[in-house]
Amino acid sequence: MIAFLIKRLMHAILVMFVISVLAFAIQDNLGDPVLQMVGQSVPESEREEIRERLGLNDSFLVQYVRFAKNAVQGDFGNSYFYREPALEVIARHLPATLELVFASTLIIVLFSVPIGVYSAIKPRSPISRLFMGVSIIGISIPVFLTAIVLIQIFAIGVTVTLFPESTGWGAWLNALFSTEGNMPSFGRGYELVNVVGNWDTNLATWNGLQHLVLPAVSLASIMLPLFIRLIRAEMMEVLQSEYVKYARAKGISMRRVYFVHALKNTMLPVITVGGVQIGTMVAYTILTETVFQWPGMGLMFLDAINRADIPLIVSYLMIVGVIFVVTNTIVDLIYGMVNPTVKLTGKPA
Amino acid sequence: MALLDVNNLDVRFALRHGDVHALRDISFSLERGERLGIVGESGAGKSVAAFSLLNLIAKPGFIAGGSVTFDGQVLNRLSERGLRKVRGNRISMIFQDPMMTLNPVLSIGEQMVECLKAHRRIASKEARAIALDKLQQVQIPSPETRLDQYPHELSGGMRQRIIIAIALLLDPDIIIADEPTTALDVTIQAEIMALLLDLCEQHNVGLILITHDLGVVSQVTQRMLVMYAGRVIEQGPTREIINDPQHPYTQGLINALPQMATPGEKLNQIRGSMPSLSNLPSGCAFHPRCDFINRADGQPRPACTQQVPGFVESGNCQVACHMVAEMLEDRRLKEETL
Repeated sequence: MIAFLIKRLMHAILVMFVISVLAFAIQDNLGDPVLQMVGQSVPESEREEIRERLGLNDSFLVQYVRFAKNAVQGDFGNSYFYREPALEVIARHLPATLELVFASTLIIVLFSVPIGVYSAIKPRSPISRLFMGVSIIGISIPVFLTAIVLIQIFAIGVTVTLFPESTGWGAWLNALFSTEGNMPSFGRGYELVNVVGNWDTNLATWNGLQHLVLPAVSLASIMLPLFIRLIRAEMMEVLQSEYVKYARAKGISMRRVYFVHALKNTMLPVITVGGVQIGTMVAYTILTETVFQWPGMGLMFLDAINRADIPLIVSYLMIVGVIFVVTNTIVDLIYGMVNPTVKLTGKPA
Repeated sequence: MALLDVNNLDVRFALRHGDVHALRDISFSLERGERLGIVGESGAGKSVAAFSLLNLIAKPGFIAGGSVTFDGQVLNRLSERGLRKVRGNRISMIFQDPMMTLNPVLSIGEQMVECLKAHRRIASKEARAIALDKLQQVQIPSPETRLDQYPHELSGGMRQRIIIAIALLLDPDIIIADEPTTALDVTIQAEIMALLLDLCEQHNVGLILITHDLGVVSQVTQRMLVMYAGRVIEQGPTREIINDPQHPYTQGLINALPQMATPGEKLNQIRGSMPSLSNLPSGCAFHPRCDFINRADGQPRPACTQQVPGFVESGNCQVACHMVAEMLEDRRLKEETL
């Protein structure tokens, strides 16, 4: 167990090293940070002085070594824009993003498992076919479009006048398809509750939860159909297996056959894929957070790119890399607990 | 009435281009404690027959006609719930490949206890004790530790012993064993078979043994069925069929045993291969591979290619073959004229 964790720690360090080199390598193409930092009226000589002070004129190697020396001591440099340590800026934005990802993951888990299992057990039922059809649409529509459509329907509101109001039915149908549009679609709201340090949570108040719904749904909109289809495909394969047939021959109830014999085996590959996808979701937040102006890391990163805020960009990329390694490690631990043939957790045989 | 009575069982698979007839007109019976062998090449329908007894054939397969009567109840008319009470409880099954049969993510104990709990109101502790007792009966070394182990920690032979133990858990009336030793090492095959036979005799459990090993059938069973292309073509007491096979296909099977070949020569074989069930030859399904299609005068027998043979009684056996029917008829005529 400890050896496994140490190995993963080495992975994390390696990932951070590679990402930092890559991020440093592209910084020259991101634009001139000085241009973003000072007004237009500042003469070129002063700009040159700032560049010299920031060390931007040094060679790549000199800059990188300087960065690496500080990074090892926990100093990832100061954000040009915020004028404070980049890590602190990230730490301030991290909780918002993690809460968003957490809410999306919750939506995905709560819906994908029952729907996936149902459509595997009854693949020919109309409901399964409906789910499969909708999931294809979900996979193929990009997140930002889903987000905009969600805002239109639930935040702005849709008034349907398609049916003639003169008949009772028409009015009723119009009302049925119209939406009020009272969901918040901007930011996290102001009723945040401080948990600890700089972690303010959306999860504690009704207003906060309302703000979380639309971003979380749109972030889940790609992964949810993916997982429904994955679970369905795996489950259908498992249901064909000999051990499921054998379980039936033992006279066990179908509920136990489905939810103990089949589902446990179905979840093994799903857990593996899920771990990678949670990391990917952190990356997808860039789109979702931008559309919903969610003040998390994704939005911060996009702003940092616009401002050529190189220390912040490099730090963000490294932190995301670490998040990937950490989630994968957790997933591997869970996998080891579910699958008895894997013994990385060193549990007794 | 026999304990198990199968009458004109007819199983089909509903495929896109029409139904495929997997079993036609299967009839046999099994007395309490009797051991019956079902033999035939791959694709003859042995396994389908085994699974259809408990209505376990997977879709698109379905029982299209006939009946399976067990202890007074018609199994193929029972509800899923009613069938569940029979499955694993009064009729249990042993599958072919022990590596695939046990669920890889559940411990051995769990897989045994759940079976007991499905059929009896029983405390976990008590169920575990019964499981332990059965594991001892199948002579597994250190049975207690096995209960907490997972299938991947055990060898194929051990796993098949566990499956035999599970089959015996609820003291069933009949065990259906679908090629229980085919997937095992040759060295272990005999051991497992002897164990199964021993336990069946001890507990007076009926056995339906599906295999293509004629040697095993002759040692273990009292009666046997020979199947070809979804039909029974010969059935009767095992000893009689092995010593004096009537049907050309049965003769071919016995002839194909390695010990029947002349030393230094090639092994005997039946030429050709089993026809596809969706495209059966006309008349007797075996006629394209049959060496006895010609009459004594050298002319091919027209009935063989045109008419499905019915059963004729030959000794204590029933045989579905035009050639045998003709020979018996000739003999009868000769006896009458004498």
